[in-house]
Amino acid sequence: MSAPNLLDVQGLRVAFAGKEVVRGIDFSIAAGEKLALVGESGSGKTVTALSLLGLVQGAQTSGQAVFRGVQDTVQGRAQADLLALSERDLRAVRGRDIAMIFQEPMTALNPLFSVGNQIAEVLQLKEGLSPSQAHQAAVALLADTGIAEPERRSHAFPHQLSGGQRQRAMIAMALACQPRLLLADEPTTALDVSLRAQILDLLSALQKKNGMAVLLITHDLNLVRRFADRIAVMENGLIVEQGPVAEVFANPQHPYTRQLMDSRPVRDVTDAFSSVASVPVMQSQNLRVSYPVSIAGFRGWFKKGEFVAVKSASFTLSKGRTLGVIGESGSGKSTLALAVLGLHPSQGELQLVGQTWSRDAATNKVIRRAVQVVFQDPFSSLSPRMTIEEIVGEGLRVHQPELGIEHRRQRVVKALLDVGMTESQFPRLLQRYPHEFSGGQRQRVAIARALMVEPDLLVLDEPTSALDVTVQKQVLELLQRLQRERGLSYLLITHDVDVIRAMAHEVLVMQAGEVLESGTVDEVLLSPKHPYTQLLVRQTS
Amino acid sequence: MSGWTRVYGLSNPPDAASGRLPPEGAAAQLSLSPSRRAWQRFSRNRLGFCSLVLFCALVLVSLLAEVVSNDRPLLLKYEGNYYFPIVTVYPEKTFGGDFETATDYLDPFIQNKLSAGSNWVIYAPNPYGPKTLNYFAKEPNPSRPTRDNWLGTDDRGRDLLAQLIYGFRVSVLFALALTFTGVVLGVLSGALQGYFGGKVDLAFQRFMEVWGSMPELYLLIIFSAVFAPSIALLLVLLSLFGWLGLSDYVRAEFLRNRQLDYVRAARAMGLSPWQIIIRHVLPNSMTPVVTFLPFRMSAAILALTSLDFLGLGVPPGTPSLGELLSQGKNNIDAWWISLSTFAVLVTTLLLLTFMGDALRDALDPRKADR
Repeated sequence: MSAPNLLDVQGLRVAFAGKEVVRGIDFSIAAGEKLALVGESGSGKTVTALSLLGLVQGAQTSGQAVFRGVQDTVQGRAQADLLALSERDLRAVRGRDIAMIFQEPMTALNPLFSVGNQIAEVLQLKEGLSPSQAHQAAVALLADTGIAEPERRSHAFPHQLSGGQRQRAMIAMALACQPRLLLADEPTTALDVSLRAQILDLLSALQKKNGMAVLLITHDLNLVRRFADRIAVMENGLIVEQGPVAEVFANPQHPYTRQLMDSRPVRDVTDAFSSVASVPVMQSQNLRVSYPVSIAGFRGWFKKGEFVAVKSASFTLSKGRTLGVIGESGSGKSTLALAVLGLHPSQGELQLVGQTWSRDAATNKVIRRAVQVVFQDPFSSLSPRMTIEEIVGEGLRVHQPELGIEHRRQRVVKALLDVGMTESQFPRLLQRYPHEFSGGQRQRVAIARALMVEPDLLVLDEPTSALDVTVQKQVLELLQRLQRERGLSYLLITHDVDVIRAMAHEVLVMQAGEVLESGTVDEVLLSPKHPYTQLLVRQTS
Repeated sequence: MSGWTRVYGLSNPPDAASGRLPPEGAAAQLSLSPSRRAWQRFSRNRLGFCSLVLFCALVLVSLLAEVVSNDRPLLLKYEGNYYFPIVTVYPEKTFGGDFETATDYLDPFIQNKLSAGSNWVIYAPNPYGPKTLNYFAKEPNPSRPTRDNWLGTDDRGRDLLAQLIYGFRVSVLFALALTFTGVVLGVLSGALQGYFGGKVDLAFQRFMEVWGSMPELYLLIIFSAVFAPSIALLLVLLSLFGWLGLSDYVRAEFLRNRQLDYVRAARAMGLSPWQIIIRHVLPNSMTPVVTFLPFRMSAAILALTSLDFLGLGVPPGTPSLGELLSQGKNNIDAWWISLSTFAVLVTTLLLLTFMGDALRDALDPRKADR
């Protein structure tokens, strides 16, 4: 054994009101080491990190967490058991010896203070600098994190910065006192794909420069492989496996680790329908979608401005195939989905099953049946006050009102069976309410609701991005099976190249309302032409 | 329940997005609709639940006021025949009196006749109606509590207990009616504004600002001078303004809920706006409405009482708590008037407040199930 570890955690248990969330875990971090804590939501990884700083409220914590990097010695010693420290002593450790960065920089920064002020505040409190010294140090820190024009940016308020800049400012704040250990809780999850690598590279560089240790909490294995030295896999509050990254990835021991490694979506789609020459399910020429925005000043009294969310999109989708639309947030891909669904007016040509949207509800009814949707968030897409039977059967009440209750129920049961949900699995399935189901199960119910009216086209708006990786794989497999069996067409909106790779036949790459590139999935992903597409593809390979 | 707010102590909801089933402990509350669960939580709140039971009992008793407190006997046997004075008016001659007028059963002469020989009579537990003047009281009006008048009489010799029972009934029924109209109007206008938004919302909001700035009390005074005062007029006038507050809450809920994905999914399904409002948005927007019900009731009771106190309320002769309070003010020595009225008011309002409190807790998504 060489030098003692920076942090030794032994038998850490955290319980909320008698329910144990972390059930006795041991791990250690050496000085300057990058440990990744990996697990799905609810596995207790965030609670673990927060409990080290005494930041979980209303929880009973037990165990030991010996930290050997206390700079300004609490109680005269350079080591301390974090879990045994008083709130007062912990406050000294927080920020100075152990710092933390959070997932969502917009909510973690105070909107009422400029970022320079917020960084300077830390320095004034912890290092006792004068205000002007602190400001200069803050600007230097911002410069370190690669923010352009740090002097000017230091006066900016959080809302004036982009997502990536905010995350950089957060990192600058966390590193202000040169902590020995940085807890990074999903630092890139809220960011667009193209920014993730930049932020991680920045963390790596700063980590090397300062020689600090990093505990990275994430569910993204791509990040772990790229960033961490060691990995600890958590499941249900227990660490089931830990070891060097290369070793664990090459030879995972625990079945859960293997399941995680294996959760990358697999391509299993057929091209069988492509030969059938028929009317395309969806066809569009120069589709343009815009939102009215108010204009400032006197002119705004009389007219509205216009924000063009989709500038000119042209695409064709035939039976049994998938059109994947990929882009980051704000690229206009969800607006495109709303326009296709007829929920937002659009200009240009847009034909669905040979018809166009009109203002007349009666003529729209044909398309309403033919085009259905599955949304991203399975928690808001099902009405919490309706039973599963009511939710799934609703489409029939609209489009086939002549069906009797008994007949309708049979159809509902069959649709639920198609998405893999049966009475034997969930007793009294039809009478249940959405809150009794997990995210993946809710998403299945949402798919069943959409399938109920036998649509030709399913609009999938980020159908799996709110789900854990293992569940994501199951839902994608379900969608692939349904497509093979029924010849459904999908319009798949996503930001995840892996999902596109597994599902799509044709791809549309969007950025800021423009279609940058389009073509078959092989063309776009194997030989991307546009620099942005190249960047996207490189991120995930 | 306000939509489906996810609130957890930490950023990651436990088990939310994982594919696992909820833990076994959750099996007990399987398959309960949100409103059933809210009811269970309400009934577990002992103070609130007891208040509800007691309040319902009081309302029930006051609804049966004619049986509980009435100057006409419930049933009597006179010279071999049965009479039902509570439903039929009999002239005094029937019972050997001298006049064709309706019988005064409190008259000692009649009472003697009715109890002579094989005759018998069953009086109501409190043998006075709200308008009965006790001409045979042993003390001057207002009479202090005696064996005849358990809570005493007011300054016109009417029994106080009877007045309180009937006054309570008028207050509660009035409050129920006012709450009902307020909820219907408030939900309707809030739903229209919130769901359709945009210009509808803008126009309606301005209208509500104008409407809300009308001086309610002066209007009441003017109208009570122009029209003959009646409970119906009062109900209409108060209803005209009672919906404003609720409307804003419902509008906010609708604005929030209409952009949720399940409403979008319903639109994509082809449902008409009214179908979406009634089936999807409305059930998920009722939390503020239900939470405010008891508080609106108590506000309505208070409003009626204060208007009566000022003499702008119900027509003279109607039993009312506010009128009793003003009598108590005028006869400061007759402590039994103000004290008993005060006690009834405080009890009613307290019960309603306890119920509202428990209801709010039961519908609060941030409070964990215990």
